[in-house]
Amino acid sequence: MALTEQQQRAYVASQAADARLNVELQTEDMVLNIGPQHPATHGTLRVVARLDGEQVVWADVVCGYMHRGYEKLTEVRTYPQITTLVNRIDWLSSFANEVPFILAAEKLMEIEAPPRAQYIRTILFELARIANITLFIGTMGADLGAITPVFYAFRDRERILNQIEAVTGGRFHPNFDRIGGLKDDLPRGWIDETKNAMVRVREFCDELEELLMGNEIFQARTRGIGVIPSDIGLSYGLSGANIRASGIDWDLRRDQDLPLAWKDLDWKVWTHPDGDSFARFWVRLQETREASKMVDQMLDGLPAGSIQAKVPRIIKVPAGEAWVHTENPLGEMGYYVVSQGGLGPFRCKIRSASFNNVSVLPWLLRGAYVPDIITILASLYFILGDIDR
Amino acid sequence: MVVADLPYWAATLIKTGVILAVIPAAALTLGYVFLMKTMAHMQSRLGPMEPGGFHGWFQLIGDGIKFIQKEDIIPEQADRAIFAMAPAVVLISTFLLFVVIPAGPDLVAENLQTGVFFALAVSSLSVIGVLMAGWASANKYSLLGGLRAAGQLIAYELPLVLAVVGVVMQAGTLSLQGIVEFQQHGKIFGWGGIGLPLIITQFVGFVLFIAASQAELTQAPFDMPLAESELVAGYTTEYTGFRFLFFYMAETATAFALAAIAATLFLGGWAVPWVHGTVANILGPFILAAKVMVVAFLIYWIRFTYPRFREDQLQAFAWKFLIPISLANILVTAVFKVVF
Repeated sequence: MALTEQQQRAYVASQAADARLNVELQTEDMVLNIGPQHPATHGTLRVVARLDGEQVVWADVVCGYMHRGYEKLTEVRTYPQITTLVNRIDWLSSFANEVPFILAAEKLMEIEAPPRAQYIRTILFELARIANITLFIGTMGADLGAITPVFYAFRDRERILNQIEAVTGGRFHPNFDRIGGLKDDLPRGWIDETKNAMVRVREFCDELEELLMGNEIFQARTRGIGVIPSDIGLSYGLSGANIRASGIDWDLRRDQDLPLAWKDLDWKVWTHPDGDSFARFWVRLQETREASKMVDQMLDGLPAGSIQAKVPRIIKVPAGEAWVHTENPLGEMGYYVVSQGGLGPFRCKIRSASFNNVSVLPWLLRGAYVPDIITILASLYFILGDIDR
Repeated sequence: MVVADLPYWAATLIKTGVILAVIPAAALTLGYVFLMKTMAHMQSRLGPMEPGGFHGWFQLIGDGIKFIQKEDIIPEQADRAIFAMAPAVVLISTFLLFVVIPAGPDLVAENLQTGVFFALAVSSLSVIGVLMAGWASANKYSLLGGLRAAGQLIAYELPLVLAVVGVVMQAGTLSLQGIVEFQQHGKIFGWGGIGLPLIITQFVGFVLFIAASQAELTQAPFDMPLAESELVAGYTTEYTGFRFLFFYMAETATAFALAAIAATLFLGGWAVPWVHGTVANILGPFILAAKVMVVAFLIYWIRFTYPRFREDQLQAFAWKFLIPISLANILVTAVFKVVF
């Protein structure tokens, strides 16, 4: 409906009156767009924050700048092709994205990978976790202004990536998991090299504990900042280290029965009661160390045998529905696969952790200062590809 | 000296020329040694190693050439005149700092009787340039950065000045040359072997001075105004090319100047024992440069190690911690001055 000129003038006048009233009643708020191009968002996340001075009075998250439509794309791909797609969801721990999807397909086909394949899957899964979280530990420092940790993180992550590359041929996107097993066995000498790399990972954790976590300024910047109470965390669907840092003892590696090696290992789920940024950093650091110990145990107990179960040459998945979720580095990641008996899934719903993890931001950022926005964003730890898919 | 016999305009011209040559040289040296090589070693990363042959020494000059080639972009909404003036104002503050730093018994551009006072006064001139840059850029990040910088520089001006008061009281002069001579001829309990570097008696003052000058340089842990993870690049966000180079050079050259002042006040400046007269004039600049490198290493070491403070923590650190300690330091110095 077109407005007459008189109506338009009246509208402009009323807006101007409102603006004057706002100026008279309160100081003018400033709207600050953090992102989509901003160094602290590590990608294209946009946080709209209304500031009163340097304090946030209202904030919202705008995501979707990197939406690539993977859920739709899975419908026009065959099952073996889809691992290439899901590699690119959480690109820092690509292999961990493949595992739950392959497990869902295997669940529908009612086959199970042989024990050796299960172990190698779990080893690569944990290596992906270490590669991912070491980078978090570094960038958390960088976001707080300490530039050194990020380079230490890159230095030691390189060794993990080398090990992943030695097995799969890809540093970032291995595309290595197959229905019923794996593409290849481990190369010769790989076990010893990986054990050395795990020693380095633990040294890195010790180093960062002293360099960053023990630092007074770091503690002053993170303790008590961005506190998520456990009930709020649960109601927003947080998962992974974010919810464990709020004191919820919940880890899908331990709490469900999957055909993977975690159930045979001796390890501990770390939780922290505080729920602040420091707790999230602390939990992730402990998990990295724990993961390196798990890899050591798995390398010692690696069963012999085949790495591939018997599967038909052309993979057709029987009709049915399956939901498999795993504890990925960023949190709970799951695939709900609906099959109608074709070469590819009829529908595939991807539940990625970061999308839920950033959904708490509007609640969390209210009342924070601008520097604390950065601390909170860094400590929640999201990967843009994992938010937008 | 020869320069002193020349007419006033010629002497001034020569002094200005020398300082204008020293500023880029100082900035390049610190930039190369600390910002590139020391940083690379401490952070376990390999910087560029190829340009120029030896350890990539040409890289920094190459960077400078790159800056000059860049397009000079001024945002449409910017206040053009002020935007263009801001880097110059910051650089002038640096330039004036170099005027009073003595590099030998006769090697000083202007031997002011109130040298310390002058140096501390002009070092705070840069606040105006920073505020101008932040305001004129018409960018919210720049504005936040400029305001943070203003708040911070004003807060840390006070501990910087108070840290120096102890030295001035002990030496009994405001002249930087006079303070150097006091340290050269001073005695430690009657033993004049190494003179009396004031760091021995004014160690607290030295620590305060380093902390405050770290904040004056807006370096980590006090790099709130530039905070690249929050404010993109603070007040320098909208600057490109040559103007950005001005800011960059001013920052590094100011680091050199403040390190030189710290070396002069606390480590004896150009003086070492048994070097006097003409020899001191020749060796002085090198001795001073060596001491500057030591102090600058300290400054940059801290910069590479610490995360940054939040704005309120930063202010609290200045007002509740540094200033009370510097006041106590002045009190103790005064008591000793009266007693001995």
